[in-house]
Amino acid sequence: MIPYVALSALLFVIGATTVLLRRNVIIVLLGIELMLNAANLAFVTFARLHGDVTGQVIAFFTMVVAAAEVVVGLAIVVAIFRSRRSVSVDGENAMRH
Amino acid sequence: MNAPPIDWFALAPILIPLGAAVLAVLLEVFIPARFRRLVQMSWALTAITASGVWALIRALKPADEAVSAVGGHVLVDPLTLFVQIAIALSAILAIIVIADRTRSGEDAFSPQPAAAPGSPDEEEALAAKLVHTEAYPLVLFATGGMMLFPAAGDLLTLFVALEALSLPLYLLTALARHRRALSHEASLKYFLLGAFASAVFLFGASWVYGATGTVRFLGIAEQIQGQGLGADPMLFAGFAMLLVGFAFKVGAVPFHAWTPDVYQGAPAPITAFMAACTKIAAFGALLRFAYSVLAYVTWDVTIALWTVAIATMVVGTALAMVQRNIVRMLAYSAIAHTGFILTGLVAFSAEGISSTLFYLLVYGVATVGAFSVVAAVRLRSGTLGAGALTFDSWAGLGRQSPILATAMTLFLLSFAGIPLTSGFVAKFGVFAAAFSADAMPVAIVGIACSAAAALFYARLIYSMFFAEPAEALDAGERTQGLTNITIAACAVITLALGLWPAPLLDFATKAAALLP
Repeated sequence: MIPYVALSALLFVIGATTVLLRRNVIIVLLGIELMLNAANLAFVTFARLHGDVTGQVIAFFTMVVAAAEVVVGLAIVVAIFRSRRSVSVDGENAMRH
Repeated sequence: MNAPPIDWFALAPILIPLGAAVLAVLLEVFIPARFRRLVQMSWALTAITASGVWALIRALKPADEAVSAVGGHVLVDPLTLFVQIAIALSAILAIIVIADRTRSGEDAFSPQPAAAPGSPDEEEALAAKLVHTEAYPLVLFATGGMMLFPAAGDLLTLFVALEALSLPLYLLTALARHRRALSHEASLKYFLLGAFASAVFLFGASWVYGATGTVRFLGIAEQIQGQGLGADPMLFAGFAMLLVGFAFKVGAVPFHAWTPDVYQGAPAPITAFMAACTKIAAFGALLRFAYSVLAYVTWDVTIALWTVAIATMVVGTALAMVQRNIVRMLAYSAIAHTGFILTGLVAFSAEGISSTLFYLLVYGVATVGAFSVVAAVRLRSGTLGAGALTFDSWAGLGRQSPILATAMTLFLLSFAGIPLTSGFVAKFGVFAAAFSADAMPVAIVGIACSAAAALFYARLIYSMFFAEPAEALDAGERTQGLTNITIAACAVITLALGLWPAPLLDFATKAAALLP
C-alpha cells in the first residue's frame, strides 16, 4: 500500500508545481485537477489500509466537487479569453499595489 | 449499513437558503423580465431572513437543544447557531445593497456577463437595458455553504461546504458592470488561488484520514488521545495542509495576497457580502476545528498560530498604511482584522470563543456598512468615476453628502476600536482573552497594531471632512436609496453594540459551548 501513498504524494507535488510554475490558465487548471485526484488516490489507498469505506465515499464527493470547480473555472477562462484573446496568467496585471 | 436519522429542524437554517437557491434558478427562467429583479430580491431576502430567524429561535431555547444531526456529520450547537445568525444578518444587509441601482435602473452587475467587455454584444445589451439577476441565486448558494461551514463535524462536510461557498463567489466576483476587465482578472486570481488552497486542504484531509482512520472531528480527537498520535508526523503534515486551506479563506498571512485584488475587482456590493460573510463562516469553522481537534495535539501548535496571528496583524497594518485606493486600504485592514480575530482564537479558552464570536458579528456588520458606503459612492459617480476610489477623490465627501461621510466615519472608528463603538468592546474582548491565556506577545502586538491602524483610518476621515474637494463626486446619478437602508442599519447596530454590548456578550458567552 505504501507505493500508492508515495504515488499520490508525487502526483500532488507535480500538480502543485504545475500550478505554481506554468503560465497558461488551462494547464494550471490541469494541475489543480491533478492535486485533487492525488488526494482521491490517497483517500482510496487509506480506505483499503484501514478496511473502512469512508475514504472511497469521499472520493466520489471529490469527483463531483472537482467537476463543479472545472465548470466554474472554464467559464471564467472563456470570459477572459473572449476579451483578451489570451489565457496567460501573466496577462493579468491591471491592479497595482 | 443503517441510514443515520436526519434532524430536519436542526438542518433547516442550512437547507432553506440552498433550497431557495435551486428554486431561484427556476424563477429566473419563468418570471417575466420586468418583475424578475423584484421577485428575486424578495425571494432571497425572505429565504435568508427565514433561515436566520429559525437559527435565532433555536438559539434562544435552552442549551440542551444542541443536536448532532446526520450521524454527527453536522453539529448544530450554540456556536453554529451564533455564527449562522451572524451570517444571516450580514447577508440580509448585503443583499439590500446588491439590489440597489441608480435612478435610471443601472445596478452594479453586468447586463450580459457572457459578452466580452467593449464588444458589440455588450453595447446591444446595454442599449436594451437587459437585467440579469443571477446574482441572487448565486448569493443564496454561497450563503447556504456558509451556513454549513461552521456546522461541519467532519473533514468531508467541511470540504463540501468550503466549495459550496467559494464557487458562487468566484462567479459573483466576475459580474461587475463597470471596469469589467478588472473584475474578470480578480475573479481569475480568486479562482486559481482558491482552488489551489482547497486542493491542499483536501490532500491534508486525506493524510489526517490516513493517520487516524476517520474524518470525524470527535474520532480524530479520540484517536490522538487514545493511540498516542499526538506527535505523529503524518498527522502533523495533514493538519498543516488543512490550516493552509483555512488561512486562505480567512485571509491570514502568508495566504492573504488575493484579498486586495478581489475586493477591488468585485462589484462593491459583492465585496460587502463576501468580506463579511466569508470571514464569519470561515472563522466559525476554524474555531470548531481548533477547539475540538487541534487542542489535543502535543506539538506546540499555539506557537504556529501565534506566529500567523502576529504576522497577519503586522503585514495587514503596514500595507494598509501605504495604500492610495480606499478599497485596497479596507482590504488590508480586513487582513489586520483577521489577525485581531486570531488573537482571540489562540487563547484556547471559553473566553476566547465568546470574544471571537462577538468580534465576528461586530466586524461583519461594520464591514457591510463600510463597503455599502463605497458602493453608494461608486454607483453615484457612474462610469466616469468608477475608478474614483482614491483618498483624493473622496476629499470633500463630508460636504457633499454629510450623512454618508458620517456613517463611514462611524464604521472606521469601529474598525479602529475607538470607545463608544462596537469595535472597542470587540477588541477589548479578544485582547483580554489573549492576556488571560498567557498569549502576551500576541496581545501586545495586537494593541500596537490597533493603535497604528488608527492612523490610516484617521487619514480617510481627514480627507473626507477637511481636505479640499478635488472634483464633484456626484457627477453621476443618485441611487434609489436601498443602500441607505443598509448603511443606516449598520450604523445603528455599530453604535448600539458600542453603548450597550451586554446582551450580545451574554449571548456570545452562552454560545461558547461546542459539541464534540
